[in-house]
Parts: sequence; structure tokens; C-alpha cells
Amino acid sequence: MNGADLPLWVTVPGTLLLVAAGLLTLIGAIGLVRLDHFFARMHPPTMGTTLGTGFVLIASMLVSSALEQRPVIHELLITVFIVMTAPVTAMLLMRAAVFREHRKARPAKPGDGAEDSLPPKAGH
Amino acid sequence: MNTVFDYAAWFASLCFMLAMLLALVRLFIGPAAQDRVLALDTLYLNGMLTLLMLGIRSSSTVYFDIALLIALFGFASTIALAKFLLRGEVIEP
Repeated sequence: MNGADLPLWVTVPGTLLLVAAGLLTLIGAIGLVRLDHFFARMHPPTMGTTLGTGFVLIASMLVSSALEQRPVIHELLITVFIVMTAPVTAMLLMRAAVFREHRKARPAKPGDGAEDSLPPKAGH
Repeated sequence: MNTVFDYAAWFASLCFMLAMLLALVRLFIGPAAQDRVLALDTLYLNGMLTLLMLGIRSSSTVYFDIALLIALFGFASTIALAKFLLRGEVIEP
């Protein structure tokens, strides 16, 4: 591929990190398809979110640092962003799922007070 | 030694593409709306990783910016969809 002169201290960790990231992400996606309830399906893709993204970004940092002969760390931006946003996404999606299952178990009929289980709108 | 790294990069790319296909399967068969949102979340993350692998394989920094943009817009869209599922509207008065 490029240059064909990656040093050994990049090749060995980079190879290991890329293989591990691919396997982890693939296992996460298989779990997303195969598990049979939503609350179980929340868990496997987070392996790809955290470890897969982290490994790929570390490998990318190693390769671009070796190619440019200086430390290149701008991949940390994506890492920080993913680490900050993944829990927010998971928590909001989980709350939405819990709320929807709760509402499906108790269908709201007008007048029986079941619509009181809806969370109050902000600003009213 | 570089051929080993080349094979590893191809292997990781194929794994990410296969993961995108599996997320697409869950996007189509997902029984509830939250399953589809979760599948969309996984799909954009794997697309971002595929772009990063493309950047590693071609040693270009253009793909990094596109990956950052995908991460930003994917987060915003997932938050908006989850908020819609939770409250029935995205931006409340």
C-alpha cells in the first residue's frame, strides 16, 4: 500500500489492534441481530462503539505518526466525542424504550387516567 | 512485514462492512421503532469506522474529517429520533 516503509513498532501493534477491532465490532453486530429482546440488544453494539472505535483510532494515530515523522494526535477528537456521546445516546434510547413498553402494556383509553402515565410536557 | 498490516487492514474493513450489513438486517426486521433507531446508530458508527480504515489504507487525512462529520451528524440524528420516540416531538415549545 503506502510507502511500504512502516517500522516494526507500528506494524505489530497496528495489526493486532485492527484485527481486534474488526472482530469486536463484528461480534457486536452479530449480537445485535441474534439476541431476542430489545433490552438485551442494547448491549452488544457498545463493544464496537467503545473498543472498536478506540482501537481503530489508536492504530490510525500510530500509522499517521509513523508516516509523517511526528506525533499526530488529532484522532483524539473523534475518541473524545464518541466517549462523550455514546452514554447519552444509550441512556435516551433506553428511556424511550422503557416508556414505550410501559405505554404498550397499558393502552391509554380516554377517561381512565392511563394518560397520566405520560411524562409531563416541559413548559406547561 | 507490511503485507501483514495490509491484510489486517483489509480484514478490519471487511468486518466493518459485514457489521454494517448485519445492522441493515436489524434495521429492516426490527420489530419496534427503538430497534430501528439502535440499528441506525450501529450503522453510522460502522460507516465511520469503514471511512477511518479507508484513511489508514490510503494514508490520507481527508477521510478523518468526513469521519468526524459522520460522528457529529449521527449523534444529532440519533438523539433527535430518541427524543421523538420519548416525547412525541423533537423540539418542544
